[in-house]
Amino acid sequence: MFEASALNRKNETRQKLFRFGLGTMTGILILPVVLIMGTLIYKGAPVISFEFLFASPTNGMTAGGIFPALLGTVLLVIVALLASVPLGVAAAIYLSEYAPDNWFTRAINLAIINLAGVPSIVHALFGVGAFVIFFKFGTSILAASLTLAIMTLPVVIVATRESLQAVPMAFREACWNMGATRWQTIRRVVLPNAITGILTGVILEVSRTAGETAPIMFTGAAFFLPLLPQTVFDQTMALSLHLFVVSTQVPGMPEQLPFGVALVLISMVLLMNSLSIALRMYLRGKKKW
Amino acid sequence: MVGPEAGNPAAAPMESAVKLGVRDLQISYGRETILDDVSFDIHEHEIFGIIGPANAGKTSFLKAVNRMDMFNPEMTVGGSITFNNVAVDKIRNVYGLRRRIGVVFPLPVGLPLSIYDNVALAPRLGGQKNRAELDIIVERCLTRAALWDEVKDRLNSLGSMLSGGQQQRLTIARALSQDPELLMLDEFSIAVDPVTTMRIEDVLKELRSEVTIILVTNLVQQARRLADRTAFFLEGGCVEVGLTEDLFTGEVKDQRTRDYVEGRFG
Repeated sequence: MFEASALNRKNETRQKLFRFGLGTMTGILILPVVLIMGTLIYKGAPVISFEFLFASPTNGMTAGGIFPALLGTVLLVIVALLASVPLGVAAAIYLSEYAPDNWFTRAINLAIINLAGVPSIVHALFGVGAFVIFFKFGTSILAASLTLAIMTLPVVIVATRESLQAVPMAFREACWNMGATRWQTIRRVVLPNAITGILTGVILEVSRTAGETAPIMFTGAAFFLPLLPQTVFDQTMALSLHLFVVSTQVPGMPEQLPFGVALVLISMVLLMNSLSIALRMYLRGKKKW
Repeated sequence: MVGPEAGNPAAAPMESAVKLGVRDLQISYGRETILDDVSFDIHEHEIFGIIGPANAGKTSFLKAVNRMDMFNPEMTVGGSITFNNVAVDKIRNVYGLRRRIGVVFPLPVGLPLSIYDNVALAPRLGGQKNRAELDIIVERCLTRAALWDEVKDRLNSLGSMLSGGQQQRLTIARALSQDPELLMLDEFSIAVDPVTTMRIEDVLKELRSEVTIILVTNLVQQARRLADRTAFFLEGGCVEVGLTEDLFTGEVKDQRTRDYVEGRFG
């Protein structure tokens, strides 16, 4: 009664084949990550030192440290966040909590999706036209950060909107029934429960922003500056551009230096991502409903 | 408070004290009419039962009363509902209206706030900031909802982590914290065990002297235990309204009511 028929056996074989095939494909995924990290650590770790992180480049960037670039990236990210987070969160709250479902809302949603799909070099050119020339910010931290902010806005909006929509509708209705206005409901019930998801989205955005090169190249990042920036209207060095410069533009560069720069950059990004994952896990453990 | 007391005083002598007047009410979602031609009065300090099978329009009726149609662009309400003789769709301060109407949902909604904050939310929304006042309100409402003894030692723990029955009593405490004139309960016992249901029913009997209660229920016997008068909704219409005892003991105008309360359909 329970003997396998030819068809059963054929299905069983096929199932094993697919399981193996799909599993192998998945396994291959970790290969590039391991290779990249391995190479970077193997070749880059020796140059990392206190001096490397906290000194300025010397000898036409072939020696010394990367402090101006490191500081520049941090500055660019912070100013970009200051611009994109309030704007993005506000837009997401409007879209999720207030906007009626009509052609205008749908047009905005479509625009957000398209904004996310615009190549970063196009954002760079937009930044030059809008911030550097039209608003007369010149090539500056401000112009570069605003360009980055525009580019990362869709990430903030989508992450925020999704975490807002994860808050059960019943909570809102309970609140409305008590005579709360929409804003009171958002302020007291929706936002406190969505804030974790919003934070995660913001941190992910940081890691993306830190690594971008094209948008800052024409708008505010410089190859080399002898002095640290004093205001947001100064140019700055940045890790991503510095990596490009030391890898391709400077003759006589010691072989390991670019790997060191890359290692610092990727460590920054990974640190941010880990933070985001840790935060998410911690807060999920504290989920309140 | 709620708008000007603009209703026509002559139309409602103080004796009858109509709390909620419903006239030719029609509710539709998009093109689909789900409640039509409903008219009745609900008097002050009575428990008014609404019975009927699913999709009879009971919940939509409650939504129309406190103007929740504002949050659903599909929903349109025709005819008129008056609260204290003021048409609810003419009230400009709908928040004030909703503050006077407490609502309890079928599934308990413990907001992810502390037990204390759950009950203090409505007074705070109304502008109450005095901690001592809030303490008094919280204790009074939790006591009246028969929950105080179980939670008085852990008011700072999460309301959403209470058991289903406790959460439902918390929801009732929250509704009472608004000091409502009208309490609307929508099948409150669906997710609650029988013992808790009985405790809540006792609470409702005590509240009768202070507030008007609309009790939507799919448990016919619950309406019989609690309601002074009962309306029977069926397929988008109100079949009849009468003294609860009449519906159960003979004096029905419509045979369908008899069939429903005796469990022959629905």
